[in-house]
Amino acid sequence: MRILVQDAPFDAGAELNAFQAGKTDMGAVVTFSGLVRDLPEAPLRHMLIEHYPGMTERALTKIAEEACARWSLGDVLVIHRYGQMAPGDQIMMVATASPHRKDAFAAADFLMDYLKSRAPFWKKEVTADGSDWVAAKGEDEEALRQWQQG
Amino acid sequence: MKLDVMYFAWVRERIGVPRETIETEATTVADLVRELSAREDRYELAFSDLEALRVAVDQDLTDFDASITGACEVAFFPPMTGG
Repeated sequence: MRILVQDAPFDAGAELNAFQAGKTDMGAVVTFSGLVRDLPEAPLRHMLIEHYPGMTERALTKIAEEACARWSLGDVLVIHRYGQMAPGDQIMMVATASPHRKDAFAAADFLMDYLKSRAPFWKKEVTADGSDWVAAKGEDEEALRQWQQG
Repeated sequence: MKLDVMYFAWVRERIGVPRETIETEATTVADLVRELSAREDRYELAFSDLEALRVAVDQDLTDFDASITGACEVAFFPPMTGG
């Protein structure tokens, strides 16, 4: 398991290659990349991501450990940036490795749902008109309830 | 007891500092919120809607009934928006 919280950009391709190198017992690797999305109504100047150093790493580790307990996983990678980013920049990635495809997909989906509303990151969108904190959505909590039931 | 109190995102902006060390006799998060809200308007404003806030005690997400006896740090912030 590898958890990285950093302000520097990262090379998703190189991270993926390093993640899957030598995994002879894993048949499936799933990755998810999160990018800064521009706003259709008002062009985004940049996005600022704030986090809670210490708690962030703890929360991400706990979420990854839960995924490992729930599915058959050989490895998990989570990289999440903070600081200032432009539209199209990569914010984060997760990768899961499993002997089988279904576990790799389900675990990546679970990691993303939990990371979205249980890891202490906050996004602020800055446009020419000003800046606003991104609000959490009701559907984010609903996604967690589905995992708790299922 | 001495306690580090931390604020993130718009809570930090409303209170005006990212962290402060306070002297408190509060035993729960709710007591602490009442104590801070009584101090100054900026706290009262930040804590006016607890439904819109989340709290962590010693870096674990918890609720407003949680004990803070013996805790080192308490953090207040809006719902998280990672990913």
